[in-house]
Amino acid sequence: MSKFSEVVQRARAAFNSGKTRPLQFRIQQLEALRRMIKDHEKDIVGALTADLHKNEWNAYYEEVVYVLEEIEYMIKKLPEWAMDEPVEKTSQTQQDECYIHSEPLGVVLIIGTWSYPFTITIQPVVGAIAAGNAVVIKPSELSENMANLLATMIPQYLDRDLYPVIDGGVPETTEVLKERFDHILYTGNTAVGKIIMTAAAKHLTPVTLGLGGKNPCFVDKDCDLDIACRRIAWGKFMNSGQTCAAPDYILCDPSIQNQIVEKLKKSLKEFYGEDAKKSRDYGRIINSQHFQRVMGLMEGQKVAYGGTGDAATRYIAPTILIDVDPQSQVMQEEIFGPVMPIVCVRSLEEAIQFISQREKPLALYVFSLNDKVIKKMIAETSSGGVTANDVVVHTSVHSLPYGGVGNSGVGSYHGKKSFETFSHRRSCLVRPLLNDESLKARYPPSLAKMTRH
Amino acid sequence: MDPFADTLRRLREAFGSGRTRPAEFRATQLKSLGRFLRDNKQLLQEALVQDLHKSAFEAEVSEIGISQNEIDLALRNLRAWMKDEKVPKNLEPFGLVLIIAPWNYPVNLTLVPLVGALAAGNCVVLKPSEFSRSTEKILAEVLPRYLDQSCFAVVLGGPQETGQLLEHKFDYIFFTGSPRVGRIVMAAAAKHLTPVTLELGGKNPCYVDDDCDPQTVANRVAWFRYFNSGQTCVAPDYVLCSPDTQERLLPALQRAITRFYGEDPQSSPSLGRIISEKHFRRLRGLLGCGRVVIGGQSDESDRYIAPTVLVDVQETEPVMQEEIFGPILPIVNVRSLDEAIDFINRREKPLALYAFSNSNQVVKRVLAQTSSGGFCGNDGFMHMTLASLPFGGVGASGMGSYHGKFSFDTFSHHRACLLRWPGLEKIYSLRYPPYSPRNLRMLLAAMEARSCSCTLL
Repeated sequence: MSKFSEVVQRARAAFNSGKTRPLQFRIQQLEALRRMIKDHEKDIVGALTADLHKNEWNAYYEEVVYVLEEIEYMIKKLPEWAMDEPVEKTSQTQQDECYIHSEPLGVVLIIGTWSYPFTITIQPVVGAIAAGNAVVIKPSELSENMANLLATMIPQYLDRDLYPVIDGGVPETTEVLKERFDHILYTGNTAVGKIIMTAAAKHLTPVTLGLGGKNPCFVDKDCDLDIACRRIAWGKFMNSGQTCAAPDYILCDPSIQNQIVEKLKKSLKEFYGEDAKKSRDYGRIINSQHFQRVMGLMEGQKVAYGGTGDAATRYIAPTILIDVDPQSQVMQEEIFGPVMPIVCVRSLEEAIQFISQREKPLALYVFSLNDKVIKKMIAETSSGGVTANDVVVHTSVHSLPYGGVGNSGVGSYHGKKSFETFSHRRSCLVRPLLNDESLKARYPPSLAKMTRH
Repeated sequence: MDPFADTLRRLREAFGSGRTRPAEFRATQLKSLGRFLRDNKQLLQEALVQDLHKSAFEAEVSEIGISQNEIDLALRNLRAWMKDEKVPKNLEPFGLVLIIAPWNYPVNLTLVPLVGALAAGNCVVLKPSEFSRSTEKILAEVLPRYLDQSCFAVVLGGPQETGQLLEHKFDYIFFTGSPRVGRIVMAAAAKHLTPVTLELGGKNPCYVDDDCDPQTVANRVAWFRYFNSGQTCVAPDYVLCSPDTQERLLPALQRAITRFYGEDPQSSPSLGRIISEKHFRRLRGLLGCGRVVIGGQSDESDRYIAPTVLVDVQETEPVMQEEIFGPILPIVNVRSLDEAIDFINRREKPLALYAFSNSNQVVKRVLAQTSSGGFCGNDGFMHMTLASLPFGGVGASGMGSYHGKFSFDTFSHHRACLLRWPGLEKIYSLRYPPYSPRNLRMLLAAMEARSCSCTLL
């Protein structure tokens, strides 16, 4: 019995009391969550600044606004989604009620991560609450300030038994995974994803895993390079590259590599000035370990821009690497930092092959003015999601499921998909207990000609 | 020596070549599957007799007919299912799918998932159950002749071979069987982050209210309990009712059993047999629980167990601890609907849950205050016969679901696709640094105006 057993048991007892069943209760909790965000916007921004050097602009626009939108969407749609869904009947069931009934699963565990510590933790919580579950919330310990803030703030607004916030690092997470949950949603890396799914298997707990990978970004010769590079620079270097859906590396023809470098540089200067270290809008690496890791990836590479860092402030300059060897370290792991390698390929087919030989990524990006190129790229590869001619944005559309495939993840969420992920869709057939004569044809003994022996 | 490596590599290569993508290819596979069923109907019926003493009626209704329906449904709807949905979502095959099938409905529970996997454009490895030996033989020797063997393979073996198979990476695993093995399958899948659907089991409660016609209830409960000699994951496992109702049910159950199977059920062609000696001995052991009031006979040489009803059963006895999966129906007394609901909720979530009552209110209350994979009011597993209802468990009874379009969706990766063009850059520019409060205000206004709260812009 760990210290978490009590917390989980209390959540379960609160769930079993039936408190979360009425939609009204769930909506109230979501409204309280919204109030919490509005009341504490400054504190949320403060935590994000302390953890990741975010400012009030990108804290709001890249984190908070998503959660607020998800709450609005959920509150608006919940009555519709929670309704019984009648289904097509067969000839034998015409007189019966046949429908799918959505029910909460029970106690859900949500393990957040540090890169967007507010959104990634809270956005799934919104869906889990809307679906009527109790939710145990485990923010990432690496984004310490946000973890502390959530631990103090949430109990002041939400039901304390149903939605406890727990803290801790790896040992604590390992302990809590021994408890039984009815669904576990985890965002983080592949290695830990496997550990979580293995732990979940012991209890036959379904999981949603939002993992990572190397998100390829193919830039066709036939494209508007100015716009492409500006969009790529935006998505890659936001939060100093620490975004699961960021374009990880560029694939392009050698003849346009230099232009891409020039245009990326131009956009970077527009965004962050000559010295990004002085920009209020440029992020920092979460901790020294990751700082060292990302700096290490640049070793031995041809640096076309940037390439420097400052360990004291965990600042890494926006960096572009060219003529990158696919075998080198920077092409072996998810970069999760402000380093953009460019790998040259000589054709669309080569790019597709390059991508298909590797693990399925969370996101895939393709820039081209040619619709056929885009369609071929999509058709001959796989990934969690795709955006053509932009980056990252498919993850922000509420009506699109957000999730990975293969090594980049299992399951998906956002909007209605969250509601479904955190619900059990129970098939129901209700018939009257009338005279059985109408059903007698189904009972044995069957007609002589149908039987054998 | 890895007996599976070559086969799996071959299938992966075929998948990588894109062969299974076009609708025509998938439709051809499905049509061939239909031909397999039609051409070999008699062969399959004979195999089902050998494996489970299944009557032609049961074989048609619960194995061949159902499989044929799913094939026809998939063929009719394939193109509609394959089209992108309203909001752009590509439905793509996962790749290499493993289907592990059980022995109790060896045709249905093998072919119906196969229909979904093929319709969704996957390559498939099928591992039929080694216990339903005669059916396994047909699936291994005859079925591959009908399908494109570069994209489909049958592998055989017991727990050891299955364990070896599971060390390999699959892109999806579909398993039907017990919760115990379900855990093993999921743990193996976790090593490769392979998504799974697990169709497991449990003890499906059957609440019988005082307000009911006992004969009607008895007919329905008996039929669904003793169908396939009780070896059905969704069969009513035990009855919960008051002592009064029990008194009325018992003679009604006896009448139903006699009507269905005659005075000597062992000689009835309508009653199945237990799959194996091991299960027979397990079930014979359960006959010692509580008190036998109907049936109780058994014959080891025939693996026959009579349709049996037990009363005075304790919760701690084996018959109330494990899924029965045989023609034995224990009755447990409760004094009220509340007590029945408590009893049900103290236990693992079952695959199916049944409530019988003339009062719709009572039925709805049981539904509202419990959870289960599926639910049927006033009948047995009829809910399974609608392809428009997802079939699957929850909690210990499973995860994921299938049948009809749900099969197609289960075996497809739903890939979110957003297609943009270089235009509108002026608006998108609002999102770029250097950030300013003015830009933020304009951005939020623009997002609101589009009112679908679409995107970071």
